[in-house]
Amino acid sequence: MTAALPARRPPAGRGLAGLRVPAWLGTPVRRLVTAVAVLWAAATTAYAALLLAPGDTVDILVGDGADTPEIRAQIVAEWGLDRPEAVRYLSYLGRLLHGDLGRSYQLQRDVGEILAGQVGPTVRLTLAAAAVGVVLAVAVAVATAGRSVWPRRIVSAAELVAVSVPQFVIGIVLLFVFSFSLGWFPVSGAADPQALVLPALALGLPVAGVLGQVLREGLERALEQPFAVTARSRGLSERAVVARHALRHALLPAVTLAGWFTGVLLGGAVITEALFGRPGLGRVTMQAVTGKDMPVVMAVVILSAAVYVTISALLDLAYRLIDPRLRSA
Amino acid sequence: MAVAAPVARSAARSAARAGARVRPGLVLALLVLAVLVVAVAAPGLITRVDPLAADPLRALAPPGAGHPLGTDHLGRDVFARVVYGARHSLGIGALATALAVGAGSLLGLAAGLAARLAGEALARLFDVLSTFPELLLALLVIAITGPGTWNVVVAIGIAQIPTYARVVRAQTFVVRRSGYVEQAVTFGHSRARVVARHVLPNVVGPVPVLATIGLGQAVIATSGLSFLGMGPQPPAPEWGTMLAESRDYLRVASWVAFSPGVALTLSVVCLTVAGRHLQRRFEGRTP
Repeated sequence: MTAALPARRPPAGRGLAGLRVPAWLGTPVRRLVTAVAVLWAAATTAYAALLLAPGDTVDILVGDGADTPEIRAQIVAEWGLDRPEAVRYLSYLGRLLHGDLGRSYQLQRDVGEILAGQVGPTVRLTLAAAAVGVVLAVAVAVATAGRSVWPRRIVSAAELVAVSVPQFVIGIVLLFVFSFSLGWFPVSGAADPQALVLPALALGLPVAGVLGQVLREGLERALEQPFAVTARSRGLSERAVVARHALRHALLPAVTLAGWFTGVLLGGAVITEALFGRPGLGRVTMQAVTGKDMPVVMAVVILSAAVYVTISALLDLAYRLIDPRLRSA
Repeated sequence: MAVAAPVARSAARSAARAGARVRPGLVLALLVLAVLVVAVAAPGLITRVDPLAADPLRALAPPGAGHPLGTDHLGRDVFARVVYGARHSLGIGALATALAVGAGSLLGLAAGLAARLAGEALARLFDVLSTFPELLLALLVIAITGPGTWNVVVAIGIAQIPTYARVVRAQTFVVRRSGYVEQAVTFGHSRARVVARHVLPNVVGPVPVLATIGLGQAVIATSGLSFLGMGPQPPAPEWGTMLAESRDYLRVASWVAFSPGVALTLSVVCLTVAGRHLQRRFEGRTP
């Protein structure tokens, strides 16, 4: 997905992917069960896509690659297409459990190998974009929360635009201004660190728009709470109240959105890499989609679910660090 | 979001209340949307220029007489292409949203009415699917179907089904346990009648609100897929495709990128403004 849909925020107070797991299982087990469920669903969705695709499964797996009897025999053997349906599916899951993402018959390479070679640039891009989003959102929210009407109106208009403009339009504007007109940054490639600036901005700005809104709402709610009044009555400056007391509360709903941000960043990376001519997972995905290289596309879906699960687990821990009330629970 | 209250009959009154303070931003958004609807339905009313007519001698001409927004690298009129592009970008977005709303509502209703275990299983499936990046789900479909207008409709529609299914299921779950449904069952009405007359009207309430904002997102997704070369194939004037083509000429002819970019942004901003207004009204109307 490209830009944001604030209406689709996951409901607060529910765990990873909104799954409800019986409470008696305990938190670590619960987290593990939901993580496995998400991964299983991703693997099964990818598999279902393969099954539901019209035509012969062997033809689909060959895609636009070389179609020789040897490759067809290899596909039948590796996907167990001569065995019963259930065995096929289970052996597919078993293979994934062993970390084997399958083989691209077009590139004649293991999918895991292909993806591993391209992870670096995409990780750098998404981390930089996440940093842009978080830093901008916190700065804007702190600067405008509880302020007079006009600065807030301007900022919420800017947020509305940031949410509504597709990433590639932001990217084209940035390219035009900073690369073509001013010549500050390279037009494409990923050779030097400077080449990361514009893609990270293009990918991070929509995130900053949504995150900024959520943070500002949270800050304004927190600043009305009794503890904020108490802090003010102790003589703390408004800035200190925000920084030391209110921000922590405002961060909580924002952390709930982290899974959604992961999706925006992963999906957006495909478009951003295409626009800026960067290497990475997005480019691999596009090549696979164009060439109908199903094993690679399926692996990308599963990999993005794995990233989502990992980030959600990490943020679950962060949640506990931010909110001490949850530690005893 | 889940609300069990029956649909309010006094729609006229709440409309009057909302009309009491007119928001200029909303009026502007509705005006823009009206123009866009005309562009989708009858682009010939806005411009008589053929969006596909190439004139290589006038390629990359800047905005001026004859071509109010300039021409692209093949000498085609950018204004006409932007106007006709609405049909592709907004049309595909609308069809995909319709598909997602229809299938999502039915699936959500089924999950909400199904027996406990099956309903739970479906609901969890929607939850998990809605965490996926929509673009990746859409690309998974495109990898199978190949690029093209109708394939993009299907891809984006499928990718958005979980959003609507989740909301409708949550709503159904609440409504089926409400007093008036219980009463209708007590009266001995058939299950089908209860679902059609009492459950459905109270379940679909939040759907138009979601669909308005969702349409904006579907338009972004459409142009995104087209930008990647997966949408309507050239020479079709889709906004994302136009932007992708314009990238190579950005240094010498920025107007080729400017117009579709503005059209796309303006459409989504207006849809979001309208959607948020509906959202506020809907939330204000129900307890």
